[in-house]
Parts: sequence; C-alpha cells; structure tokens
Amino acid sequence: MSFLNDVVNIVIKYYPNLLDGVGNTMLIALIGTVAGLVIGLLTGVVRTAPLSKNAVLRVLHKILNAVIAVYVEIFRGTPMMVQAMVIYWGYAFATGGSTLPLIPSGILIVSINTGAYMAEIVRGGIISIDKGQFEGAMSIGMTHSQTMLKVIIPQVMRNILPSVSNEFVINIKDTSVLNVIGVTELYYFAGIIKRQSFETFQTYLVVCVIYFILTFTVTRLLRWVERKLDGNDSYVIFGSQSDSAAEIRISREA
Amino acid sequence: MSEKVIELVHLQKQFGENTVLRDINLSVSKGEVLSIIGASGSGKSTMLRCINLLETPTSGQILYHGKDITGHDMNLSQYRAKVGMVFQSFNLFSNMTALNNCITGQVSVLKRSREEAEAIAMKYLERVGMAPYINARPSQLSGGQKQRVAIARALAMEPEALLFDEPTSALDPQMVGEVLDVMRSLAEDGLTMIVVTHEMAFARDVSSNVVFMSGGVICEEGKPHDIFENPQNPKTREFLTRFLDSHRGNY
Ligand SMILES: Nc1ncnc2c1ncn2[C@@H]1O[C@H](COP(=O)(O)OP(=O)(O)O)[C@@H](O)[C@H]1O
Ligand SMILES: [Mg+2]
Repeated sequence: MSFLNDVVNIVIKYYPNLLDGVGNTMLIALIGTVAGLVIGLLTGVVRTAPLSKNAVLRVLHKILNAVIAVYVEIFRGTPMMVQAMVIYWGYAFATGGSTLPLIPSGILIVSINTGAYMAEIVRGGIISIDKGQFEGAMSIGMTHSQTMLKVIIPQVMRNILPSVSNEFVINIKDTSVLNVIGVTELYYFAGIIKRQSFETFQTYLVVCVIYFILTFTVTRLLRWVERKLDGNDSYVIFGSQSDSAAEIRISREA
Repeated sequence: MSEKVIELVHLQKQFGENTVLRDINLSVSKGEVLSIIGASGSGKSTMLRCINLLETPTSGQILYHGKDITGHDMNLSQYRAKVGMVFQSFNLFSNMTALNNCITGQVSVLKRSREEAEAIAMKYLERVGMAPYINARPSQLSGGQKQRVAIARALAMEPEALLFDEPTSALDPQMVGEVLDVMRSLAEDGLTMIVVTHEMAFARDVSSNVVFMSGGVICEEGKPHDIFENPQNPKTREFLTRFLDSHRGNY
C-alpha cells in the first residue's frame, strides 16, 4: 500500500513541524478562549449592572454599553479571517510598516473575536439566573458587586461551561484562518509540508486527523471537568437532629 | 410605649400608572410581632419589599429608629443587615452549602472573620434545627428545611428586625409546622418581626398586632383578638369569613 506509506512517511518526516503547529494552535486557542471569557465576564458584568443614580456615571455607563454592543455586532458579523487581515495590516499601515509579532497577533485576534461571542454567552448566563438569587443577597445587605462575585458569577460559570467548551473547540479549528497573516499554526505547516512533499491529499488527511484528535480530546476532557464540578449527589448528615449531644463537625468545601 | 423600630409614614407605591400602595401608615415597636393579612394582590409583598428597599417607594417615608432610610445618604447595606428578609421562595444561594449561605453575608457585609462567621452561622443553624445539614446544597433540601436555612441566614446577620413574606406558602402542608415553630420561638425571644401570612392561627396566637390590607390600603389594624373575633371593617369580616370557609379545620 503506497498510499498508507505516504501518509506514514509524512508523519515521520514532518513530525517536528506538525508538533510545532499543534503547539501553536493549542496555545492560541487556549489563551484566546480564556482571554475571550475574561472579556465576556467583564462586558457581561458591566452590561447587567444597574445604572448609577449619579448622572455622570449613568451617562458613562450608557456610553460603555453602546461601545460594547457595537464591538459585539462588528466582531460577530465579520469573518475572523478578515478581522486578522484588518488588524494585522491595519497596525502596519498605522505605524508606517512595522508589524506585530505573529503568535501574539494571533492570540490577540482570537481573543477579541471570542470575546464578542463570550459577551453574549455571559450576558445570557447572568440574565437567566433567578431574580431571587439577587434579592436573597440584597436582603442581607450584600452590594451588587459582592453579589456578582460570590453568588451570580459562580453559577453563571457553571451554566455556561458547555458553551465555553464549545468556543474552545471552535477556536482550535478556526485558528487555521490565521495562516492568512502567516501565523505558524497547524494549517500553516500543512501548506509547507504539501509544497515540499507534493502529496496534497495525504498531507491534509494527516492534518485533518490531528485536528479531530485535538477537538475530540478537549471535548471529552471538559465533559469530565463538568461532571467533577457538579460534585456529589449526596451529602453527609452530621450528628443527629434528635440527639443534641451528637458531635457536629464542620467540613469546609474546597 | 417602647421605641418604634420601623415606621411607615404616608407610604405610597406606584408601578407606572398602577397605584399599589396608598397612604400606608404603620409602626412596629421593639419586640413586637406585626402580622399582615389580606387577599392576594392587596399589596402586602410590595409593602414588605419597600421596607427592605427592594422596591423604591414613590413617596412617603420609611423611618428606622426615626431616621428616614429613603434618603440618599443612607447606607443601604448596613440597614439591610439590620432589617433582614425571609422570602416565600427561600432565595438561598444555590451555589453554596447551607453553612456557606449563612457565612457569606457576615463576611461580605459585616466584615467578620471567616472563623467568627462560621461559629455564628453554626449557632443559628442549630437554632433552627439545621445543624446536621450544613453541607447540603439547597437543591438537596426539602422546602421546610430550605426555609429554616433561609431564616438562619437572616439571623446570622444578627438583625434587629426580620420581615417574612409568606414564609410557609410555598411549603407542603406537613412542613409548615416546622417553620412556624421556629418563628414562634423567635417571637418568644423578643425578635421584632413583620410577617405577611395566611396562617391565621399563627397571626392570632403570636402577633402583638394584626393589619388587614385590601386594595393597597390598610383597612383595619388592631390586637389579634379584636381583628379575628370582632372585626369592624366589613371588608375584614368578608375576608375572614371567606378565608375560614375555604380553610375549615386549619383554624
Ligand atoms: N414589579 C411590579 N410591577 C408592576 N406591578 C406589580 C409589581 N409587583 C407587584 N405588582 C402589582 O402590585 C399589586 C400588589 O402585589 P403584591 O404586593 O405582590 O400583593 P400581595 O403580596 O398582597 O399578593 C398587584 O396588583 C401586582 O400585580
Ligand atoms: Mg405576596
């Protein structure tokens, strides 16, 4: 079977390049997803915060909300490949020719793009939390920010974890568009290998399998994390309600 | 006459065009239990929520020890820590254990140390008979247990007064008793309470005063004996007659 031989040979001959590509792809996708989530949390908290009684702060808040809305619309409404070109070459244009380093550029572009999606995911997550959770916190005097930090965001994080995982998987695949500005991720190396080996189909088949292994592993891993987070279905009853002498132990949750 | 803890003066609340509370005047003194009864939609919850400032009154005053809390200079957090609230739907933090539900507010609002807060939380969880369940999450508890944790959460702030909005209305009948027992013992200990309730036996036996509300106004106010045995306002009479008819045996 010469076809299988070709495939195996590509893997053997080019594995340093392939590994390099996998490393950069995962690095950009991971940091981009985490940074995007941070952007989403910040914008989500700002957009759902009650407007201040202070007139100046209220106007600033509204302006900020409008800026976020525009950001979300633009970055969700245009292809990431085009965003990459505009940002990378826009910087070069503005500085009269100097360019940003490639990997950091890739991370920046993926972060901003993911942030636009995360902004909506987080906002939806916050809105969907029962109003009673806010009122319970307010009724004992907790401020809005304390409520957000201790009560709302932890619940939002759990609820949006499947969507965040999904964004991560999308980013692993979509970093491939960064080859338009020359970022050395997996798809970029596929192009190099193809030009050297002249075996186009075999090369892209190998790369295809690698992408699938990456996304499949990440999906399984994050499912497992979700299950872990949900914790035990049961709890331990300490002592006995009728026996007041029973020892009552306090075990802190992690 | 002991000192007034909370006093409502000409309190008015509108939602858009809809006037839900008109000219409410009311006061609770230290150690008193004030029960509020009335048909659904008469504005009981709105009044309670105004006292806790979950709703902003349209006009009128809410005095806490004679000081108007609707003013802008009021520290809302400190006030709410002093005047807590227990909800019909519990509103426990679903991401926390029973114990942490009772600790968080103390640490955030009262700036107590974690250790101190934990000791105080334990004290009140024991008080409501929930100490064995400190590690349970709200979703793992029955309605009555949830409400007892919610009461412990409010008590852990060591408030001066507690507001209860139909605390037993969402409970299965067999769980109502355990919550009312806790409330009774709090009343005996002299906690100032305002209780919106449909538990007429509780209102009659435990209250210092009873208020009957209808259509956003206070129709009648008096000692429980007078309200239940000898209501003056025809609306009160009608409400009680109808209520007792549909709840025969519970009273
Ligand atoms: N947030 C709100 N917006 C508009 N109307 C409301 C709101 N909350 C309550 N109401 C109205 O106010 C009236 C009194 O409601 P409520 O205080 O809940 O009565 P009760 O607790 O006595 O059943 C009702 O007619 C209700 O529809
Ligand atoms: Mg109500």
